[in-house]
Amino acid sequence: MFKFDKLVFGDAGWGDEFLIATLMTLLVSILSMGLGLVLAIITVWAKIIQNRITRFIANFYTTVIRGVPELLVIYLIFFGGNAVVMSIAKVFGYNKYIELNALTIATIAIAVISATYSSEVLRASYLAISKGQLEAARALGMNKFSIFFKVISPQVIRHALPGIGNVWQITLKDTSLISVTGLVEIMRQSRISSNVEHSPLTFLITAAILYLCLTTISGRVFKTLEVNYSKGFST
Amino acid sequence: MIEFLNSIQNSLIYKNFFLVLSGLDNTILLLLISLPLGFVLALLFALGRVSKITLLSRTIASYIFVIRGTPLLVQIYLIYFGLGSVKFIRESFLWYALKEPFWCGVIALTINTVAYGAEIFRGGIQSIEKSQVESGLSLGFGKFLLLRKIILPIAIRKVLPSYGNELILMVKATSLVSLTTYMEMTGIARKIMAKTFAPVEAFIAAGILYLFLNFLMVQFVKYLEWKYNPHLRLNN
Repeated sequence: MFKFDKLVFGDAGWGDEFLIATLMTLLVSILSMGLGLVLAIITVWAKIIQNRITRFIANFYTTVIRGVPELLVIYLIFFGGNAVVMSIAKVFGYNKYIELNALTIATIAIAVISATYSSEVLRASYLAISKGQLEAARALGMNKFSIFFKVISPQVIRHALPGIGNVWQITLKDTSLISVTGLVEIMRQSRISSNVEHSPLTFLITAAILYLCLTTISGRVFKTLEVNYSKGFST
Repeated sequence: MIEFLNSIQNSLIYKNFFLVLSGLDNTILLLLISLPLGFVLALLFALGRVSKITLLSRTIASYIFVIRGTPLLVQIYLIYFGLGSVKFIRESFLWYALKEPFWCGVIALTINTVAYGAEIFRGGIQSIEKSQVESGLSLGFGKFLLLRKIILPIAIRKVLPSYGNELILMVKATSLVSLTTYMEMTGIARKIMAKTFAPVEAFIAAGILYLFLNFLMVQFVKYLEWKYNPHLRLNN
């Protein structure tokens, strides 16, 4: 039932393929988490500055993406993304066919999803900073950049780490959906292998174990980071 | 004006909308079975998790750990492709359910929501003040009565917001069942896309319907919160 011999490294088994696939999952997760955090910061900024239009756009974005299945967002970006990029390129006078590679599309799609979750976490932790801190920074004559980097960021990171850890777990698991676009990560690899070997159970259980390892290890890492960043905070 | 209406009726989104709408009943069918079943099982699992029987509590804890640590897609594939490939399952009565993508979807969704739900309910049960349980005991309540009259009502209404989140995640999760050839809204949208080569129109039509479904779900949870938390209402 469970064919261990199919999981060896080298040509006889799928071990090395799975190792590369795991690294691909990690790469997509890290890239899209990073891009997602950037998008999330922009979204939070759009929500907290007193501007109705930006706030409306940001709220619309987070509500719609969180209300629609992740698979649908991925399909939309995967099948519709090329058309959008080409029409933008056309504006700049470039008329040739452009095709984004699977990794770019995967990263963008997962980032768009993960940014909505991160933005909620970041907004909550921004609001947790007491007003007095910002006023004190302004009273000291700090400019906007140093307020952001020296006063806001360190505290937001401290407050947001547990929430960001959760978003990371969600993002990591969402990358399994990317398999529908053909990018060879763990899920896609397990489907390919099981089609070749006619043994889905073996490779799907392998995939499950790999995901379990990834989530467990990264959970530990976030725990350590949390302890590190909450130094001086009595917990 | 009539021209405008005609142009809307001829537009691809309008046509797709009704095509995708025909998959709404399949999506709702998935939810109608897996959500109530998941709710009841999650309560039982949560009670098992906080029980003093170590073996039971440990088993449920590891179940929750495994399910929450793996993507739902893996679970769906494991049940649909994985279990179907085992010979003695194919020969047993289980095969009647497991050969249908619909029942595979229901089973996978239920297994998934039970793990998340059990963890939510455990939080609710553990946050009940001791004095409430003690006052029940002092009134001579038995274990079962205590559970039915004090622990469960308080725990459930406390966790309604987070359980509502889980319900919305489940509505979104039904879209993954389309990958097992089950034709619900996402499956139909993908079929339309393959036919018309117009991905944006097809998926926007499906997206609108999912948003609507989730909107209904949010209103439903809000109503439950209002109904079962009378002490938190601002004006009576």
